Amino acid sequence: MTSHDMMRPKNRRGRSFAPVLVAALAASAPTWAGAAPGAAACTGCHGPAALGSAIPSLDGHAADDIVAQMQAFRSGEREATVMDRIARGYTEEETRAIAEWLAKPEAARHAQP
Amino acid sequence: MPSRRALIGGAAASVAAAVLAAPQVRAQAQPSVVVVGGGFAGASCARALKQLDRDLAVTLIEPETAYLACPFSNAVLAGLRGIDAQTFGYDRFGDIGFIRKRAVAVDAERRRVRLDDGTDIGYVRLVLAPGVDLRFDALPGYDEAAAEIMPHAWKAGPQTLLLRDQLAAMPDGGVVILSAPANPFRCPPGPYERASLIAHYLKTSKPRSKLIILDAKDAFSKQRLFEAAWRELYPGLIEWVPLSSGGRVTEVDPATRTLVTEFGSHKADIANVIPPQRAGRIAQSAGVADQTGWCPIDPVTFESRLQPAIHVVGDAAIGGAMPKSAFSANAQAKACAAAVAALVRERQPAQPKLINTCYSLIAPGYGISIAGVYQPRDGLLAEVEGAGGTSPLEAPSSVRELEAAYAEDWFRTITSEVFG
Ligand SMILES: Cc1cc2nc3c(=O)[nH]c(=O)nc-3n(C[C@H](O)[C@H](O)[C@H](O)COP(=O)(O)OP(=O)(O)OC[C@H]3O[C@@H](n4cnc5c(N)ncnc54)[C@H](O)[C@@H]3O)c2cc1C
Repeated sequence: MTSHDMMRPKNRRGRSFAPVLVAALAASAPTWAGAAPGAAACTGCHGPAALGSAIPSLDGHAADDIVAQMQAFRSGEREATVMDRIARGYTEEETRAIAEWLAKPEAARHAQP
Repeated sequence: MPSRRALIGGAAASVAAAVLAAPQVRAQAQPSVVVVGGGFAGASCARALKQLDRDLAVTLIEPETAYLACPFSNAVLAGLRGIDAQTFGYDRFGDIGFIRKRAVAVDAERRRVRLDDGTDIGYVRLVLAPGVDLRFDALPGYDEAAAEIMPHAWKAGPQTLLLRDQLAAMPDGGVVILSAPANPFRCPPGPYERASLIAHYLKTSKPRSKLIILDAKDAFSKQRLFEAAWRELYPGLIEWVPLSSGGRVTEVDPATRTLVTEFGSHKADIANVIPPQRAGRIAQSAGVADQTGWCPIDPVTFESRLQPAIHVVGDAAIGGAMPKSAFSANAQAKACAAAVAALVRERQPAQPKLINTCYSLIAPGYGISIAGVYQPRDGLLAEVEGAGGTSPLEAPSSVRELEAAYAEDWFRTITSEVFG
């Protein structure tokens, strides 16, 4: 049906052509959510820093830092309760897009392009 | 007209009026999106829509004055938490038009929602998020009156307090029976979390009592983790009777608190009957529910497979592997909002990617989780392979403690995102 069909067999390694297609699709969609499919799901757990949650806030992190942490979760290098299981569902490209969106200041994240 | 103006606040009123006057709704500068249901799904969706496009007129229709959240309501039953901690007001919805009414019908052709006072409101796109209705026609003997004796407590509120009070009043040595329905239903691990926390209460307050789970299934969510923890924490206290051993309840008698199964009958001191469920009634009357009682949706836009311009999110929707959870409801609502915001501006919606994480408490300080990542595939929301799964079967108590703490903080975070 979609490019995701192609993702299925190789998705564990994130090494099919599909991520490129996903990124291309995303780039053509002008809303912020379109710019980073999946980013909206993060905030269900990761809230603003002011909440003082044991689950760390993602505010104020550089994109590279988020990408590196996700990689460490995916490989198992960084110990986790649940983020290892979640990180394995995202390709490198998807993670990068989400990280870049999350790294934007609050206002820019919600502004219309 | 005047009565509706009185009803609908500010911007929403003028949009509703404009929609009435001009049938060419698509050309509106301020397209009207109506969301029915102010639960985890609907409230999240209304908020996300407004965040995505401040120029949308977003109206949220919800009859209750406060929302009572189900996650952590099992801790209320066990006396570990007050009902206040489950209660959220609707006073922080900014410039979202909030209408405190029940939606009673949808005219999909004319794109109007009728409210319980006879007024109606037009929409360019409608989002239905009514949650579940408990089926009082599916289990002989179990109707609304029976639920006052054998509570379901599957919607938080008076039912939760009823079951809590029954447990508190039960003498030591009593038998509690919990009956769990077949799939699909709201919160797949919920009955087993409930069994765990009731067992915790019995162990600490009424140690000669027993808990029996009569199950219409042969397997359940996080089963190995639950069963291992039950052996460790509650040995001999919980008995799980699966479908194949006669666990399916076929009839109940509230007068004697008896549950009948294919293999015999069980008399309970307390019977917690979780009946089969279906999408909330408004989904049936809008024509978006199919013969299963649930609402099939497109996995990219959450638009109904049965009616154009009506989207369904949360427990009412069915579209693949995502479980019916508050976490899923919130994630779906945000993905749906992005699609609706694109569609009303005639742009192409992006492919969503969703997450679910469900925590369960087995005892205070003992948490476990199941997670999944989902994306559209073959017209359904499919689990991304290689991702997701449950907490490890073997883990030090520090990990269980951490997951219990994360569970609480997840609840705090998501409820502040959804209800402000
Ligand atoms: C005991 C228990 C424990 C749970 N624990 C967890 C957990 O730990 N984690 C988790 O993620 N999930 C959990 N859940 C599941 C979670 O509660 C549901 O999945 C979630 O509430 C679904 O959200 P929803 O918005 O679809 O429906 P609901 O929360 O039911 O909201 C629906 C709303 O729509 C309104 N409504 C209905 N019909 C109309 C109408 N016609 N007009 C206007 N408004 C209407 C209702 O008043 C209600 O406010 C649990 C559930 C139970 C029962």
